[in-house]
Amino acid sequence: MTPPLMSDEKIRKARTHVNQNEALIFERSMPGKRGVALPQCDVPEVPPESVFDQKALRAAIDDFPEVSEVDVVRHFTRLSTWNYAIDLGMYPLGSCTMKYNPKINEVVARYEGFAQSHPYLPEVLCQGNLKIQHMLGECLKEITGMDALSLQPAAGAQGELTGILIIRAYLQSRGNPRKKILIPDSAHGTNPSSAAIAGYQVENIKSGEQGCVDVSALRDAVTEDVAALMLTNPNTLGVYERDLLAIVDILHSKGGLVYMDGANMNALLGVARPGDNGVDVMHLNLHKTFSTPHGGGGPGAGPVAVKSHLEPFLPHPTVEMDASGTYSYNFKRPLSVGRVRSFYGNFGMLVRALAYILTNGPGGLKQTSEDAVLNANYIRSQLKGIYDLPFDQPSLHEVVFSDHLQNKYGVTTMEIAKRLMDYGFHPPTVYFPLIVHGALMIEPTESESLEELDLFVEAMKAIAEESATNPDLVKKAPHNTRVHKLDEVAAARNPVLRWKPKKT
Amino acid sequence: MTKNPEDCMYTKEHEWIRVNGKTGTVGITHYAQKQLGDIVFVELPKVGDHFDTNESFGTVESVKAVSEIYCPVAGDVTEINEAVVNSPELLNSDPHGDAWLIEIKIQNPPDLEELMSAEAYDEYIHDEAAE
Amino acid sequence: MRYLPKSDSERKHMLQTMGLESTDQLFSHIPAAIRLKRPLQLPAPYSEPALLEFFKTCAAENATGMVSFLGAGMYRHFIPIVVDHLISRTEFYSAYTPYQPEVSQGTLQAIFEFQSLMCQLTGMDVANASMYDGATAMTESALMAQRITSRTDLLVAETVHPEYREVLLTYTRHLNTRVRNVAFTESGQVDLDDLKKRLSDKIAAVIIQSPNFFGNVEQLEEIARLAHERGALLVVAVAESLSLGLLRPPGQPTGDGQPVADIVAGEGQSLGIPISYGGPVLGFIATRDKHVRQMPGRLVGQTVDTGGQRGFVLTLATREQHIRREKATSNICTNQALCALMCTIYLSLLGKEGLREIAIQNVSKSQYAISRFKTIESIEVLFNGPRFNEFVIRSKERRKFSDRKLWKQKLVGGVSLKRFYPRLKNAELLCVTELTPKVSIDTLVDLYQNG
Repeated sequence: MTPPLMSDEKIRKARTHVNQNEALIFERSMPGKRGVALPQCDVPEVPPESVFDQKALRAAIDDFPEVSEVDVVRHFTRLSTWNYAIDLGMYPLGSCTMKYNPKINEVVARYEGFAQSHPYLPEVLCQGNLKIQHMLGECLKEITGMDALSLQPAAGAQGELTGILIIRAYLQSRGNPRKKILIPDSAHGTNPSSAAIAGYQVENIKSGEQGCVDVSALRDAVTEDVAALMLTNPNTLGVYERDLLAIVDILHSKGGLVYMDGANMNALLGVARPGDNGVDVMHLNLHKTFSTPHGGGGPGAGPVAVKSHLEPFLPHPTVEMDASGTYSYNFKRPLSVGRVRSFYGNFGMLVRALAYILTNGPGGLKQTSEDAVLNANYIRSQLKGIYDLPFDQPSLHEVVFSDHLQNKYGVTTMEIAKRLMDYGFHPPTVYFPLIVHGALMIEPTESESLEELDLFVEAMKAIAEESATNPDLVKKAPHNTRVHKLDEVAAARNPVLRWKPKKT
Repeated sequence: MTKNPEDCMYTKEHEWIRVNGKTGTVGITHYAQKQLGDIVFVELPKVGDHFDTNESFGTVESVKAVSEIYCPVAGDVTEINEAVVNSPELLNSDPHGDAWLIEIKIQNPPDLEELMSAEAYDEYIHDEAAE
Repeated sequence: MRYLPKSDSERKHMLQTMGLESTDQLFSHIPAAIRLKRPLQLPAPYSEPALLEFFKTCAAENATGMVSFLGAGMYRHFIPIVVDHLISRTEFYSAYTPYQPEVSQGTLQAIFEFQSLMCQLTGMDVANASMYDGATAMTESALMAQRITSRTDLLVAETVHPEYREVLLTYTRHLNTRVRNVAFTESGQVDLDDLKKRLSDKIAAVIIQSPNFFGNVEQLEEIARLAHERGALLVVAVAESLSLGLLRPPGQPTGDGQPVADIVAGEGQSLGIPISYGGPVLGFIATRDKHVRQMPGRLVGQTVDTGGQRGFVLTLATREQHIRREKATSNICTNQALCALMCTIYLSLLGKEGLREIAIQNVSKSQYAISRFKTIESIEVLFNGPRFNEFVIRSKERRKFSDRKLWKQKLVGGVSLKRFYPRLKNAELLCVTELTPKVSIDTLVDLYQNG
């Protein structure tokens, strides 16, 4: 029997409502339907057989969709209503910085001059694009305190790889690329896998009791074999690495470098600049800190910024401005690590990020970080004691609880997360960082009003209460979503990864 | 708690080996499968591959975790259990029986003395669970 | 600040509940030596009208309203209005990766449809949820081939997009991999003799592009046979994916059942995504079922919920970095979900007939343009392989017109090949699509002929 739904009185943010069923687009197909009016062909049509060998051609694709424009609009609009979205409410995924995506950014990125411009346009015909890259670069340098950067990496993980390749090239130029990259056990999984592609062995550093880098353990680990430390700061507990200066010294004194994963820069805008504090290279996630939309999993953008000693190794081309204010690309970079992506990266995301920075201005960015930190600390203060706080020291833009207090009722993090959906919220990040057993990692961002934060706190408190009084209700959640708990085991044991027509 | 069969020897990494003359069949323990949860995929080596003691010879996967499986003693693979590759759920239902993973020709039988008896292993996992 | 939904009194109230007086106290655990002691030096905030004006001015500094003959990996095609309209729904563009399937079924089903469409287009069993771009998709396919074959070295055709090859080199430089080029023939296709000579038992994959960088379709079957004879895989990159609407899919076996491509990787920009100066665009990878566990990137699978309803989840995630860390199949964490959605909507709208028709239009346009250029005495049309929508011309004498003159006619010429192939002096790669008016082709031809 399905447990009774909560009354609307208790769940203040959400209520169930009808949504539409919708088949796969293939299942809606009907021969002879069309969804598009093609341009007229103004040259004589050439039969493909006269150009290509018969064996190089295909017949029309069996079972390809045949639908009208109305069918397509209904189909995707219905699908869209099955998603949670930042414009519906708080999306407190820790480490993901799900902030509001300004609408004006979407408008300017679609201007014809940007959206229709070809990457191989002569420089004189795309000065506007060059100017945007240059200006964004200058802004990001000022925000991070770094000296130079590349906007080419397509995402944070690619920024990491680029950064580590730069470190490798730099050390190689000094005679020895070294063997190892040190990574704290609280880091994102992309860190070790990026280091591996750059040809390094990964050595994990155990976090200290406070969840930060244990300086004395680090000192023992840093040898002449260590190329760099990859440090997320603030770390994945939302805690600033207060020993940063000592950490930097340890690495530098042995000839190693410090890479900073800037995933959590949303806590630091106008507050502290990695480049002032000895960080050699870092990446930024424009889709986190600088509000470009996550798009359901991308596109992102992951610029990589370096101090001047690493500048020669940046990917090519770099963007330059001469004395007359004319912009150009510099491809003549003999020490460059090369190219990590075709063309100039996710340019459309760069336009949006610049629009965000310009709209905010210096004061707005600082207030952004302050509000982000205020919101996270407010949630922390409201839920402390109700949820276990395994690392109880001051934190910044996110807070990590655990399910420890709910475990005694048999309720786990995943179940709390699923139950939050019934209350109209997207769940926090779960089971990460790995150093917290049953982690619930909450990052509200600056985009939440006090009212929304209070609703979230209320929901979390109600779930804690339910865990004690009616654990089954929580364990079987979600109850109010379109689909209930999905069988991930069956999906993995017998993967069905594409639609196929039913055999008749 | 399912009892760990007494005709097997055990490793600290939760593999078992059942010796039959010069060969032994290898699998993972009831405790190991329980820790992993629903097993969805098993990757095994090829017949003829050689593995040293404690060398990884394959992996078992749940939805959100990957676990390496280590060879209890050195040897050459003489047979693999296709049934468990095709139906990984066997590892959850019968880890000490039908869900054996590989058979090896034991290179150096005295190596077996390094392994735990069922009784010692019971105690070992009891301590580990208490941690 | 309009993006911050809080009044000062609310901020104060929140601080009070925590027993604090100022926001600054929340940062006090960051040592003073680390804190920034001055305001950031950035432009003052732009109002909404000022921001629109600023970007309008920047956009106007780019060429607009011109017809361009630029292709070379990014293609201007007709995109139905509905595509942008639908992806502008906030439920699509402001959502996160669908890690929580119960509140992400929209994204998940759309990706499942994308994967299915890419399988149909490429003739493969399985396609992933997308990659950054064609260059990284091809590169990741090469790494995948190394894992599958347990071999180290790679052969890449010189007819593969030069920037794709650069990315391949960047990624493989430190992975104990030798990458060797394979030459091309007079017809602008892979030189089969050179390929044969370079193949060895160390080669993990032969990497080609078709249609290749010069616009020519490669001889897939012959190349596949040579690669497979030596136990290498064949990776086929597709930069102009619209060609898949007409050309035999690389994943489809030969008439007598021999496999052709083992991995198809490419760029899906042509399928509904604005060029946007080269990004964001859409990488894709498709392969055979047996290689799925060596694939990089996300995969969506179909399953059922506790009530037996169909639903979709991210699956086979144990390949990925958040679980396998340094042993993962790739470091990729995102996909290009929104671009994959554009592609899914585009292909749904074009459908079975539309896709084929538009592909034929592209061939017709290039055949027309080629026939016109062939009439010009001073121009040589290079490489006589079969072409989709690009071709190479070479001027035998000094060009009769300046770039300025061309631009004045609202035309942008092709890509000069000298930059990528020093020996191809005076050669230009031209692209025509269904959006290139006949009159623009005629004007360009006229300029070449008469100056």
